[in-house]
Amino acid sequence: MTKHHQQLAQETIHLLANKPGISGYEYRLFPALEQSLKPFVDEIYTDSMDNCYAVKNGYASDQTIMLAAHSDEIGLMVTHIDDRGFLHFSPIGGIDERTLLYQEVTIHGRKDLQGIISFLPNPVNDNKRKSVKLDKMAIDIGHTTKEAQQLVNPGDIVSINRTTIDMLNQTIAGKALDNRAGIAVLAVCLSELNSMKHKHNVVAVTTVQEEVGTRGAQTSTESLEPVIAVAVDVTHAQTIDAKNQVSVQLGKGPVVTIGPNIHPTMYSLLTTSAQDNNIPYQIQPIAGATGTDARIIQLSSYGIPTGLLSIPLRYMHTSVETASLKDVVNCGKLLARFIAALPEDLEDISCS
Amino acid sequence: MFLKHLSELNGISGNEKAVRDYIIENINNKVDSYRVDKIGNLLADKKGTNNSAPKVVLSAHMDEVGLFVTEVTSEGYLKFQTVGYIDVNILVSKPIIINNIIYGVIGSKAIHLQKPEERKQNFLIEQLYIDIGASTKEEAEQHVKLGDYAAFITAFETFSSGFYKGKALDDRAGCAVIMELLDKEFDCELAAVFTVQEELGLRGSKIISNYLEADLAIVIEATSAMDIQENDRENWIVELGQGPACSLMDQATIYKPELIKKTVQLAEKNRIPVQLRQGTAAANDAGNIHLSGAGIPTITISIPCRYIHSMSSVINRTDYNNCLELISCILNNIEEYLSVLEQG
Repeated sequence: MTKHHQQLAQETIHLLANKPGISGYEYRLFPALEQSLKPFVDEIYTDSMDNCYAVKNGYASDQTIMLAAHSDEIGLMVTHIDDRGFLHFSPIGGIDERTLLYQEVTIHGRKDLQGIISFLPNPVNDNKRKSVKLDKMAIDIGHTTKEAQQLVNPGDIVSINRTTIDMLNQTIAGKALDNRAGIAVLAVCLSELNSMKHKHNVVAVTTVQEEVGTRGAQTSTESLEPVIAVAVDVTHAQTIDAKNQVSVQLGKGPVVTIGPNIHPTMYSLLTTSAQDNNIPYQIQPIAGATGTDARIIQLSSYGIPTGLLSIPLRYMHTSVETASLKDVVNCGKLLARFIAALPEDLEDISCS
Repeated sequence: MFLKHLSELNGISGNEKAVRDYIIENINNKVDSYRVDKIGNLLADKKGTNNSAPKVVLSAHMDEVGLFVTEVTSEGYLKFQTVGYIDVNILVSKPIIINNIIYGVIGSKAIHLQKPEERKQNFLIEQLYIDIGASTKEEAEQHVKLGDYAAFITAFETFSSGFYKGKALDDRAGCAVIMELLDKEFDCELAAVFTVQEELGLRGSKIISNYLEADLAIVIEATSAMDIQENDRENWIVELGQGPACSLMDQATIYKPELIKKTVQLAEKNRIPVQLRQGTAAANDAGNIHLSGAGIPTITISIPCRYIHSMSSVINRTDYNNCLELISCILNNIEEYLSVLEQG
């Protein structure tokens, strides 16, 4: 693995994951997204949904390949301010409420405010195995009700504070690696393409609102009308408490999905790219629609041949999501080699 | 600022050296003598300006709660136990650091992989493990040994307008108060006692109590404030911003009523806010210290602390400052303060 790509992946994840980009409020990532992707492309722009498009023109084609990685992350929303000045909240996206106790958070109110998620412990005589429910939690911002009402409104967004950390063996942990690790794959891929020749236009899209229903992928695909598309997301990696449920391993290569959501030729071209370039990869069969942008991209326009690449991720939807930089780099390389090796006419990719 | 440094140092019970070294470095030119005993307690003496004035012990514990590595699994994960009381449920989805160099995280199974009933259950410590990114047992063992300590990673920061947030404020806040008091001059002789292993059942102070002699002991602590919901007022114990708390009774000490009364009187006279600790749960080093020799009259003054024994505790800045003020006030009026004991 080249040092250059590993550093790029690491810096991109640190830059993007430390910033808030809750579903519907991804615009806060714009400066960091521009900083991450602009150096490698001809043009970068955003649309009215806040999808961000990084365009890299091919040398001789009017056909477009769409790469999609969602930019949003799960978070919280303030619902009301109580008579101690504490903020009550609802989740945005799928959150295990048991992972929220005493998390430090930022409330994006009139200005950004620091807070801590406090909770009232269950009564002593209660069932000892019962977890603390969301309605027993509230965010302490160190203000009285009156002060809080001046600073925060119901509807304000809350993100969890977490500085990304580097661990052994090129693993990296933090919040929102789902799917800032996917955006780092796009950066590695675009960087790699700079040293290769590719015929077709590549548009790398950071899509919004995936966590609440792949909404940004829907509108960005309709607007781009790509001939083919590859979604890049994360997938569960095995841990000791999920041994019988998950077979994908961290650090053993990017994951190529096969199944009805994936165009068979796209699957075949992606795995061939890995084999031809000695890139390790893992196969994940998914028997129906995937829980990724690929789900809606495939059904857009007149139907779009879609592939899916995923980064193995431990502890998904917590603030200590853990991934391997090796997988990120290998995924970016696999994707770039796949693009460079595509047929002259992308319309040739069919089910025949 | 002493408190920021102290809070960010790691000193889990049994491993307090970094905290002790920092305290020594910052007090050694202000005290007349200091020594470290065989279990790690730090004792410093500072003579008063009046040789015939009483001798007062100021005590705070250096240790904090944390985690302790007990097993390296075949996959390279670390199993652990808690050191001191920690609600294991708060450990999930948090980063930690081992030996000040190896980062790790305590994750949990993704919500997508859980059955609905799993999600309604508390975590048991057997379910939890530390992930340091090692892919094999051998790789993990190159960096971590059994018996290594894992500490929380929390920046000490000003929180809102009048609060401090950090880890280990129990009892680095007490340590910081004593360090600041040693900067000042008093009539009375001060014996500063920084103890180890308080969180494991007042173990460090047990040794000290075998030989300690003084006219008064003041234990400076952080105490749990549960003032987070209005309709739960009867369980608050203490409230942030209402001043340092004077203990009435806990699981190891019944404090002398005349000293409690005198403390409140002195505070009122000097317009220093003070509150009574409305609870009797838990215990602190006073339990050993007040039984030293023939007995040392002892009080506990605590800084109210939300989310105690967690990675992110909160205290009020005015409570910290008023704690310092109140104890200075007692030391400046030591003859008068102790006179209530003679009256019987």
